[in-house]
Amino acid sequence: MKLNQEEQAMLEGEQGEATQKAMEILVALGKIYGAERMLPVTSVQIAGVSYDNLGEAGLHFLNNMAEGGGKARVLTTLNPAGMDVENWESLGIGRDFAEKQNQVIQAFSRMNVITTCTCTPYLSGNVPHFGEHIAWAESSAVCYANSVIGARTNREGGPSALAAALTGRTPAYGMHLDEARKAGILVEVKAVLHENDDFGAMGKAIGDQLQGMESKPIPYVRGVSGASLEQLKSFSASLATYGGAALFHMEGVTPEAVRYEPPLGSISISDIDIERAKEELIDGDSAEADFVTLGCPHLSLKEIARIAELLEGKQVVKEFWITSARPTKQIADRMGYTATIEASGAKFATDTCCVVAPIKGRFNTMVTDSAKACYYASAKNEFKTIIKPFDDVVLSATAEGGRRSGK
Amino acid sequence: MKWQGRAIYKGQAAGEALVTEMGISFFGGVDPESGVVVERGHQLEGKSIAGKVLIFPTGKGSTVGSYTLYRLKMAGKAPAAIVNAECETITAVGCIIAEIPCVDQVPIHELASGERMVVDGERGTVAILEE
Repeated sequence: MKLNQEEQAMLEGEQGEATQKAMEILVALGKIYGAERMLPVTSVQIAGVSYDNLGEAGLHFLNNMAEGGGKARVLTTLNPAGMDVENWESLGIGRDFAEKQNQVIQAFSRMNVITTCTCTPYLSGNVPHFGEHIAWAESSAVCYANSVIGARTNREGGPSALAAALTGRTPAYGMHLDEARKAGILVEVKAVLHENDDFGAMGKAIGDQLQGMESKPIPYVRGVSGASLEQLKSFSASLATYGGAALFHMEGVTPEAVRYEPPLGSISISDIDIERAKEELIDGDSAEADFVTLGCPHLSLKEIARIAELLEGKQVVKEFWITSARPTKQIADRMGYTATIEASGAKFATDTCCVVAPIKGRFNTMVTDSAKACYYASAKNEFKTIIKPFDDVVLSATAEGGRRSGK
Repeated sequence: MKWQGRAIYKGQAAGEALVTEMGISFFGGVDPESGVVVERGHQLEGKSIAGKVLIFPTGKGSTVGSYTLYRLKMAGKAPAAIVNAECETITAVGCIIAEIPCVDQVPIHELASGERMVVDGERGTVAILEE
């Protein structure tokens, strides 16, 4: 692998220990995946922020990197933390955990990382443009950035994303190169898709099929007439969770779809496939639902406005977490959405989410509109799950919705 | 006997070889405090990787596994060195942050558990130690 003079200096430790360690990581990855050189990156998103996932070892490593003089050289933002940084007590987070979580955030802060704590950096000022090379962790954001924006990133892990931040580089392989971005399988969508939960279910239906294939082809999706930002966010999260996908093309929707001939091999997705995917995400009973959550991935302002509209003058009777990024919530505060929502008894869980908060075993059954949230609720937190359309999720938290329990 | 592989992370270490034909998921698959493999049905289930030259085809599972290697190192239970058929991100990053010598592209089916081996992460070599 060819390094330029500055990269070589980093590797030899001339720019401090943390930068050296970072460059060692990137050189090793470049070697393993056959990169010929490093690429400058313009944006980084770091995962591995929740103390629940990092543990003491992760915190120790981050403190070492901060003490070793590591400083982010490009715009770098953070994934959700394990708690709402300002409001952790009302979410039932313990004091010891809060202290450790704050130490994690401080370590990043010392390295000049912007501590936004969100899985949707593209809604909070970390917005690459078409064709830019970036290094993002957070699988849903990777899939969104590659597909919807047309930026270029591999699926980074926590340490490799940090390494990219501290050096401003990433090895040139995989998703950074044209040949790896070619569509490999045509997905003919015959289903009619309405809401986030339909798009999430489609991500699972396609993702499950990709998992069974040896070559993990990039899907070229045809037959979706249009999709909102929120629907694409939901689809990206689900396709990444269930299919390990870093990229999809969607005819008429994503920018690189025009670049490639639709491939020959095809699968098709019908209404029945969407219904089946949803059924697989429902193993709970509405009568036992005790946790309602929206915001996986983090909610847009438009979604928060809709929740406020639905909860106006109502009371919730279940623990209801609304998860979003701090900047989004601050605008919601100004618009009065927060006051309406909190008056109902629902809680903002800003900076965090139901996937990374330390809530294993705390609830019995979770209601959400997110296929990704269902996966982690079941695998990591041992909850039963129910997926519903967005509005129905909100109403299921109220007394009215509880009585009217459908499935 | 000596094998020439590819250097992934620097350093020299010796230890008893522990070989498996199965991939290893460090996160969830290895107890980070004791170094014992806990993945159900794994060939190495119940065995400790602490101080061993750990030889397996490739890593698998969550990227958090890199931190598990770091945690093992802090607990004094890390492997002395790692040898893979094909190294991937989780193991490579874990070896670098935990400073564990690592070599890959070695024909691991030729290696046997119980031998004393030395791994050179600088030169990318793996050798049986002559007593």
